[in-house]
Amino acid sequence: MSHLSEIPKELADALDTFNGTTSRRDFLKSSGLFVLSFSGTGLLDTPGPDSGEASGAPENGTAAPYPEPDFRLLDSWLVVHEDSTATFYVGKTDGGQGTGTAFRQMMCDELDIAFEKSTLVMGRTDMTVDQGGSGGSDAIERDGWAVRRVAAEARRVLLEMASGRLGVPMDELAVSDGLISIPRDPSRTVTYGELVGGRRFDVMLTGSNVNATTGVASVKPVQDLKIVGQSLPRYDIPGKVDGSLEWAVDVRLPDMVHARNVRPPVAGAKRISIDESSVRDLSGFIRVVSRGNYVAVVCEREEQAIEAASRLEVQWEKPATKSFPSSEDLFDYLRNATPMSPARGRGSRTATREQGNTEQAMAAATTVVEAEYDFPFQGHTAIGPAHGLADPSDGQMTIYTNDMKPYSLRTGVAEFLDMPPEQVRVIWMDGPQLYGRTAADDAGFEAAFLAKEIGRPVRVQWMRHEETAWDTKGPAFAFTLRGGLDDEGNLIALDYRARVADYAHVGYNQPDTVLIAQLMGIRPSRPASGGASAPAEMYAIPNRRQETSVVRFPRAFETPLRTGNLRDPGGPQVTFASESFIDEMAVAANADPVEFRLRLLRASSEEDRVFMRARSIAVVEAAAEAYDWDTRPSGKAVGSDRILTGRGVAYAYRARTAIAEIAEVEVDRETGRVWVKRMVCAHDCGLVINPDGLRSTIQGNLLHGLSRALYEEVQFDTEMVTSVDWRTHPTLRHVDAPETIDIVIVNGDPEPDRPDLPPYGAGEPSHRPVAAAVANAIYDATGVRLRRAPFRAERVLAALEAAGV
Amino acid sequence: MSDVTLDVNGETHTLDVDSSTPLLYVLRNDLGLRGPRFGCGLSQCGACTVLVDGVARRSCTLPVSRVDGEITTLEGLSGDGELHPVQQAWIDDQVPQCGYCQNGQILTAKALLDRNPNPTDEEIRQGMNGVLCRCMTYYRIQAAVRHAADAMAADASGSGPAREEVIR
Repeated sequence: MSHLSEIPKELADALDTFNGTTSRRDFLKSSGLFVLSFSGTGLLDTPGPDSGEASGAPENGTAAPYPEPDFRLLDSWLVVHEDSTATFYVGKTDGGQGTGTAFRQMMCDELDIAFEKSTLVMGRTDMTVDQGGSGGSDAIERDGWAVRRVAAEARRVLLEMASGRLGVPMDELAVSDGLISIPRDPSRTVTYGELVGGRRFDVMLTGSNVNATTGVASVKPVQDLKIVGQSLPRYDIPGKVDGSLEWAVDVRLPDMVHARNVRPPVAGAKRISIDESSVRDLSGFIRVVSRGNYVAVVCEREEQAIEAASRLEVQWEKPATKSFPSSEDLFDYLRNATPMSPARGRGSRTATREQGNTEQAMAAATTVVEAEYDFPFQGHTAIGPAHGLADPSDGQMTIYTNDMKPYSLRTGVAEFLDMPPEQVRVIWMDGPQLYGRTAADDAGFEAAFLAKEIGRPVRVQWMRHEETAWDTKGPAFAFTLRGGLDDEGNLIALDYRARVADYAHVGYNQPDTVLIAQLMGIRPSRPASGGASAPAEMYAIPNRRQETSVVRFPRAFETPLRTGNLRDPGGPQVTFASESFIDEMAVAANADPVEFRLRLLRASSEEDRVFMRARSIAVVEAAAEAYDWDTRPSGKAVGSDRILTGRGVAYAYRARTAIAEIAEVEVDRETGRVWVKRMVCAHDCGLVINPDGLRSTIQGNLLHGLSRALYEEVQFDTEMVTSVDWRTHPTLRHVDAPETIDIVIVNGDPEPDRPDLPPYGAGEPSHRPVAAAVANAIYDATGVRLRRAPFRAERVLAALEAAGV
Repeated sequence: MSDVTLDVNGETHTLDVDSSTPLLYVLRNDLGLRGPRFGCGLSQCGACTVLVDGVARRSCTLPVSRVDGEITTLEGLSGDGELHPVQQAWIDDQVPQCGYCQNGQILTAKALLDRNPNPTDEEIRQGMNGVLCRCMTYYRIQAAVRHAADAMAADASGSGPAREEVIR
């Protein structure tokens, strides 16, 4: 098939762009380090840049052992070609937030070549250094520094070479777009390609770990960056718009077969027997593979596997006892259960702490407010269900996947299958959104297991009901907050208690926590709870206590309520409670909610580390200004109109990024439908690499936050999840999108022009305050406080009716 | 298995597949197309959308034997290397994030604009409502549909403003 011999479109386009009329293959063949071979995967098989000269590299890229590129070698990160173009290699992945484009911008800027003259390889364990893949919104905040330093070092080495070649001191040289010149003697120049094109740098780097990788050169001061800060279009978008980009779902290998899983009908069901005769006569049937409670059917064609999986007769024994409370009883259960342990902390504040004397202050308070908030389990429900393709040929294992953490998939699968890690490689390719789901790449493990069993390449994709029921879930929380005001309306005491259903959190591609392992009866030696977030704000409250404890259900494993990281893990849940409650305290103080927050932020005299407080104040002020905030206490008089309108604010920070958001809502008092008509987000993540990419990411965070605030909730009875598709597990749709989204990119650093302004993460922070801003706006519109998410129409209507609105 | 004939992106293919096979799997696995994708298999999300005689259809539940017209997939939308105005608007507005659903968004928008070349904002929201996006790019999609409509109107009249002015 023709596409089997094509170069990935995004790479081919980039190569065409800077290579004029030369054909793609000819260019690559002549490009020095790259020896080309085209395997049946359609992927460009090149030896890793550190794997030796081209002539010595294996012609067929599928041969193990697979190298682990060494981060201490400059050649592992960067190759300069004869035409002064460059290929960068980074161990990160791109979930559609433009991370790859941002990395190219940063590296081109430091190397001093035009953006168009670069290409980027991401997330291939045999070609890119282990930067851990993606997660934690850290790509630019953390890994960006290493790649900038590496590119800066390459530029320094090139200038050193030019100095020798031209016989001119380095400080008399100038460089622009890969051309080194002598300003006082413009006739003498040398290009990057002439200096090192197609050859290795053979330069060692230093650093105790990959994040600390550095050469001798310093990165450029912010003022000298020219490509960073531009809204360059993402290189991956054209191939996503014309259908040419090859994704992990698209890879087809010779002799490949298709598998589908057969899941237990309820949590904890035990497989008693399988009647293979129920599918044996179906066309294309190859085998039923089962071990423990893991069952899959393998067929020649995809639709055959789907059919066979739906017809396979398996006898299951249901567990004798209930696995968990139903979703309706969930919050009572959380509140009444005996907690297992305090939660581990995440981020800059520990989950459990006390400062001042909260009880004493509460007793002395003029006004005490107490409120409970509930946030349900929510799924990832990726638009494309989990998938993976594993190739076991020649005794090795190659996995084509959209796993955001390909390196841990490699080591995890090697351990799971008892294979040497050097026999396993993982090739990351584009896929449906990650947001933590693909850090536990169930389908990748399943494909590898089945491929080893069958001895042919196996492609697995989950079905919709399977994905929505069995994907990893963001944990449910039950909160109890108390606050005390003094007689001047100052918040003098705050008591925050959270219970989280997060006893056995799924790790990063761990061979003892992925679903297939659980179903096979494998158990981690010690279950790990997720790192619970605590409220992240800079409010000066003299007496405060916060405590988060973990609750477990009777069934901790082989359950569709297995918890894992979901975008900004814990952040939306915790911030819904904490920032709703701050609004309740503002109401009790008869204060405007923006003013109340600013007063709490300004009251501190503590040292303002990384200007977190100044930046928090700046985003709250910027959001209010952009919205044209009407200063008054929330809770407007409810008139007789059918549509009630209101505005609400919420603020938080995540790691070192500060965000304030304002939602404007319309509440239909006849149907209960909430429409967020306008969102304002003021966002400070320090240095911005690509402003439009940042805006796109924030827009996605806001709308994803709206979906979680308004619609998403995992529903279940005591034995199984019952929300299994887009009807039973609704999501935000086109008609729900706000009419207006205003994003204000703030730099609240008191010294905004400083040359070392760092970039902070942006992939998740703006997701965090959305639900609270919406709840606060609904209160302003209706006078009704919604303390349980999501705010689906029927729940809003019931609350309005109960309040007589 | 039986012979099924399909007209896809201007080419005729005769394939030996079970006639009940959903069109999606034939397009992807027999014809090697990447545009239509599996999202739900239930006609609920739109990721598998194709055009059949210009009408947006869900290929995940459409048996090949029931296909009664010419099929256009995302790959067939552009002609002679020229992107369709909807695709161009998607690039100009930098719409996709992960991009998995965008096949359905683009083809649904194309069919919408063919039916209604000058939709109101509300008609865009309603017309696109059946296609889900979990990166939540709805806001940019709706703007891009408007920009594509404007560009198509300008192309049709031959006297419209320059494309850059329309988009930005």
